[in-house]
Amino acid sequence: MTHNPRTIGIAAGRIAPGELADNFSDLHPPLDWHEARVQADRCYFCHDAPCMEACPTSIDIPLFIRQIATDTPEAAAKTIFDQNILGGMCARVCPTETLCEEACVREAAEGKPVRIGELQRYATDRLMAKDVHPYTRAAVTGKRVAVVGAGPAGLSCAHRLAMKGHDVVVYDARPKPGGLNEYGIAAYKSTDDFAQAEVDWLLKIGGITIETGKKLGEGLSLDALTADYDAVFLAIGLGGVNALSAEGNDRAGVEDAISFIADLRQATDLTSLPVGRNVVVIGGGMTAVDAAVQSKLLGAESVTIAYRRGADRMGASKFEQDLAASHGVRILFNVMPVAVHGNGAATEIELEYTEDRDGRLTGTGETFRLAADQVFRAIGQTLTDAPEGIEIVGGKIAVNGAGRTSLAGVWAGGDCAQGGEDLTVTAVAEGRDAAEDIHATLMGG
Amino acid sequence: MADLTTDFLGIKSPNPFWLASAPPTDKEYNVRRAFEAGWGGVVWKTLGAEGPPVVNVNGPRYGAIWGADRRLLGLNNIELITDRPLEVNLEEMARVKADYPDRALIASLMVPCDEASWKAILPRVAETNADGIELNFGCPHGMAERGMGSAVGQVPEYIEMVTRWCKQYYDRPVIVKLTPNITDIRRPAEAAKNGGADAVSLINTINSITSVNLDTFSPEPMIDGKGTHGGYCGPAVKPIALNMIAEIARNPETHGLPISGIGGVTTWRDAAEFMVMGCGNVQVCTAAMTYGFKVVQEMISGLSQWMDEKGYASTDEFIGKGVPNVTDWQFLNLNYVTKAKIDQDACIKCGRCYAACEDTSHQAIAMSEDRRFEVIDEECVACNLCVNVCPVEDCITMVEMDKGSVDPRTGREVGDYANWTTHPNNPSSVPAAE
Repeated sequence: MTHNPRTIGIAAGRIAPGELADNFSDLHPPLDWHEARVQADRCYFCHDAPCMEACPTSIDIPLFIRQIATDTPEAAAKTIFDQNILGGMCARVCPTETLCEEACVREAAEGKPVRIGELQRYATDRLMAKDVHPYTRAAVTGKRVAVVGAGPAGLSCAHRLAMKGHDVVVYDARPKPGGLNEYGIAAYKSTDDFAQAEVDWLLKIGGITIETGKKLGEGLSLDALTADYDAVFLAIGLGGVNALSAEGNDRAGVEDAISFIADLRQATDLTSLPVGRNVVVIGGGMTAVDAAVQSKLLGAESVTIAYRRGADRMGASKFEQDLAASHGVRILFNVMPVAVHGNGAATEIELEYTEDRDGRLTGTGETFRLAADQVFRAIGQTLTDAPEGIEIVGGKIAVNGAGRTSLAGVWAGGDCAQGGEDLTVTAVAEGRDAAEDIHATLMGG
Repeated sequence: MADLTTDFLGIKSPNPFWLASAPPTDKEYNVRRAFEAGWGGVVWKTLGAEGPPVVNVNGPRYGAIWGADRRLLGLNNIELITDRPLEVNLEEMARVKADYPDRALIASLMVPCDEASWKAILPRVAETNADGIELNFGCPHGMAERGMGSAVGQVPEYIEMVTRWCKQYYDRPVIVKLTPNITDIRRPAEAAKNGGADAVSLINTINSITSVNLDTFSPEPMIDGKGTHGGYCGPAVKPIALNMIAEIARNPETHGLPISGIGGVTTWRDAAEFMVMGCGNVQVCTAAMTYGFKVVQEMISGLSQWMDEKGYASTDEFIGKGVPNVTDWQFLNLNYVTKAKIDQDACIKCGRCYAACEDTSHQAIAMSEDRRFEVIDEECVACNLCVNVCPVEDCITMVEMDKGSVDPRTGREVGDYANWTTHPNNPSSVPAAE
């Protein structure tokens, strides 16, 4: 090993390969049979269950947990997939602590909710391990639908449409399908190449063709798609990253957190992936936590998240904040970057304290410096490459009903579309619902 | 600290916790360990007649029912009586009794239903200096096919006959162990009393099949693809045992006949309940088989603490204290009116009470948009189902309506005690005197 956590600058191989592998193993190791039974037994099978209400895809949680409790995890998985075909990934990445598990009555009763996410993984893993697909296609309708974007919204929409008998072509700009499931999630939440395995399993429905390396504006136009297909679903995500408005923001070492996260997921050898000795992540969402924790796990000596507002406003959940803290990441609240200093590459970041004055965030004028040879921007993504002529509201594609855009025959869902939180599970729900609406529209006339 | 000493039929033991005749009391090694652990007495595993001992199956002897986290709730057993030679058992019993004179040691017996067999074994047992005998008229599996065990216990005439022989040829206390696999437990208890029994012990195990293997389509426990009914015991059978004990305790024919309580006694509380229902002591098996002999320590400390809290200096002060409160349905007070009440602060809003009441009972719980659950007094018949299904203890309680208040369900005033025997809807009711 040539480097260690104290190696100055940005360097790869700071910690031993074995330790690295351990660091990036499953965040929540899968429940075994007995653990699943014990957890499942804790479910009260609530009437009109609050957890189900809290799930963006409305999975019948009490039913699937009872199916696990009675030792039929495959039936449980079917209950999950009926509502959420990406239930396997959602089991891994959903912020359950702010969704189903927050609503669990056990949380009210004793502060320990039923571990719904882990149970969902138990069930979906069992069915997927059998390498069978539980759905069959309806008779082919002859209708063709183009889906732009092979992320959670696009895949969910494509699967539901294929199931209804339509032929679907999914276009994606990246070399692999999966979208943020493949490129945007911390490695320890999706181990063993799960995102690709899930896509492969989903495609077993048949009737779906994936074309990668195809991007709107680059060889793909909405006009051509609407002309060639009976309907178009846009699930293009948010392609841009907000700029850091600080002096020196172009210094070497200032990077996008999402690129770092994607590089990590695509890396075949983590020992070759460089990370700074002193890393500062600017932002307060899940992306910030994912980048910060993984920097630490890669061997950075010190990692700091700098968030401009207070803890109560942080996008990352309490669970995520605790996860960061437990890995030795320091979270600074009420600070904003004003400059990145260095002699060429970054060596320090200058932060200014902030305060909330009548709802407006302003700097107090008091600043301090932190050592920083790598600075990650995690301050939000923006919609880019939206087709011309489509109505945009608040930086997103305007939709009404089940994803209908301002253009006839064009639907949209996922992060690129208006409404809902930018979560995998929300994207899945939007894709599914748009598919139902597309189906009704195509078959209704 | 309360005195847990019990005197059952003149047999003294330092506490009322005896181990029942069963696998835990099969031999000297186990019984010594039990006494060292603190058990007040043991009923030695059932001895058979002299000669080649019985044989057991060589596959599983037990089946089970589990609750959450594999907590054992019910056990089923097809093991027979002791499969060790009579002489070995007798020698061991004599040695153990000599070493533990302060503990109760009872010999359980099961020999063919003829006078000669009983006459042969009784003096042998007497020589061990055991404190008494228990007649195993209860085991429902295996031995019953050979005319012993529950096959005797199901025929009151046989019980009386054998008991009489035992009283004739043995001069220490005779306890008759009853099978629950009958229609009316009072009949065999009366027969035992008529035969001169000093006490009855119950319940023995209940005929049962714990589960069916859905791959081999065979009952569990399974022996080479086949199964047979075994004897069911453990916490699951406690309610059945309590009822049978209460029936004997309150039956005028058997009232006052000493009872040794058996059937799912798992904690000190269970033991106290059995004793309040009329048992002079209790016998334990499944709890020991599940957790080992050490459980008796909790039983001793728990019963002692409860007695101290209630101000009881000795067990005599509460044995049978609940028997007068067991009555017939017809004497229950129909003017005892209660209504369910939900403690909103304790409620965790699971809605189980609502589902149970709405789907299967009286539509007496209202659910609001924000999941607030309220009892509708006009509909509540006080069935208690909501209390039973609520996962939070004491969240739903049954509150008694004051005398003179009006039950909003019936529109009737809550009056004085009145039961079915005088109710106008009862065709056989006797009108109260003017």
